[in-house]
Amino acid sequence: MVSNELTWYMILLSSILINNIVLIRFLALCSFFGVSNEIETSIGMGMAVIFVMTLASAATWILWYALLLPFQLEYLRTAVFILVIAGLVQFVEMYMKKALKSLYNAMGIYLPLITTNCAVLAIALLNIDYGLGFVNSIIYTVGVAVGYTLAIILFAGIKERIALSTTIPVPFRGHPIGFITAALMSLAFLGFSHLFGL
Amino acid sequence: MSDERLLTLSSSPHIRDGSSVPKVMHTVVLALVPGAAMGVYLFGMPALVTILLAIASCMGLEAWMQWLTGRKITVFDGSAILTGLLLAMNLPSSAPWWLTIIGSLVAIVIGKHLYGGLGQNIFNPALVARVFLLISWPVQMTSFPSPKALAGADAVSSATPLTAIKMELMSHKANIDITQLPQPSTFDLILGVHGGSLGEVSIIALLIGGLYLLYKKIITWHIPVSFIGTALVFSAIMWLVDPMKYANPIFHVLTGGLILGAFFMATDYVTSPVTNKGMLIFGAGCGFLTILIRLFGGYPEGVSFAILLMNLATPLIDKLVTPSKYGEVKGNG
Repeated sequence: MVSNELTWYMILLSSILINNIVLIRFLALCSFFGVSNEIETSIGMGMAVIFVMTLASAATWILWYALLLPFQLEYLRTAVFILVIAGLVQFVEMYMKKALKSLYNAMGIYLPLITTNCAVLAIALLNIDYGLGFVNSIIYTVGVAVGYTLAIILFAGIKERIALSTTIPVPFRGHPIGFITAALMSLAFLGFSHLFGL
Repeated sequence: MSDERLLTLSSSPHIRDGSSVPKVMHTVVLALVPGAAMGVYLFGMPALVTILLAIASCMGLEAWMQWLTGRKITVFDGSAILTGLLLAMNLPSSAPWWLTIIGSLVAIVIGKHLYGGLGQNIFNPALVARVFLLISWPVQMTSFPSPKALAGADAVSSATPLTAIKMELMSHKANIDITQLPQPSTFDLILGVHGGSLGEVSIIALLIGGLYLLYKKIITWHIPVSFIGTALVFSAIMWLVDPMKYANPIFHVLTGGLILGAFFMATDYVTSPVTNKGMLIFGAGCGFLTILIRLFGGYPEGVSFAILLMNLATPLIDKLVTPSKYGEVKGNG
């Protein structure tokens, strides 16, 4: 649980380790399992998530406090946020393809994947629910995305090693052993629970 | 089929060394005997029952899994005995029988055989089981009987030295002062006369086993030294900052599962890095995380979480510190 009373490094610590978006909150699982076969691609995915999440959080935060709240349109929150996030990412992708070709080649292919990622919407909503200020919500979002990147890189390292094994029982090859590994990683991350009382 | 596999040569690093598995395993088991024996001496019959039950169920499950997956049954290569013994040493002596058996199930089936058996696991099986049990049955896993030397038979005290400190820290009192807590003397800590998991309490017996492993060259000094060293330095810094809230470094090294973990569980070949530099990073990470969780975390003891967390970072550490290949020009890769 983060709030405006916490210092910026406590918000980061909480969002990266203690309430890790993947391993403790179990969000963003589709891309976590889908894009983690190699460390290289998982790094690219992580970078793209950091970029998109920050952008989406900033946009939805402004939208909420500048438009939806003043006009008492709170009930439209989920629909508006989904539309805005999807539209924004699509627009950024098109702009990148045209103007920033090298950046597009590095992470452009991941952008459509993230548009529909539950974690992006979740963080946009949580920023509002926790009542975070603009700067704090950006810090929180960056922390969550870095936590995602950390988890997916660690997971990709393990998956690369598992892929070398020839003795895993046939029914457990591929995703089943991936799920078990993620569960055990989650067990290990529980060691961080209540760190510094967070 | 399985014979062909024996002849397959992979590129380095070569993690497995098939021919000496039973020898290595039995040496480690032998090195654990003093610690386990002290556990039985201190906690009596229940400790012995827990140890035997854990070993028997681990061996039984190992045979069952090997039969199920159609592999050669190698129950007597020592690895299942070692996992069972390590698991038992991480349990309270009062652990109910079903807790021990579920622990063996998690360790052998999930921790080891679903990953493909010996040499393939990512996490230390005994520690996976311990953390699984700790999270699922916290009451049973944290009520430690007092050693017989301290109290009458069957006296249950729930506080280990580390738990006592954690309770004081979490008490929200105005003036927290852990130096006033009734703690066992340093001599008792070394001997093992205090509450705790049945195999982690006796530091002197564990050190004898650990030094024997070093002497036999089963393990190298890198992981234990960097593990204990980092824990010492980190806890010393915090102790100097505020001795009323943070215990002294010697106390931290002598309590909990630090010595057992540093010599016997962090040094597992399969789940720790292969290079010396990687081992130093691994040990330092274990020491740092252990003290971080002990001092600031929600759990009184952090050794098992710390080792599991470093287990999952091991593939990355191995990748980061890969030695350059013969003939490779530095900075060209």
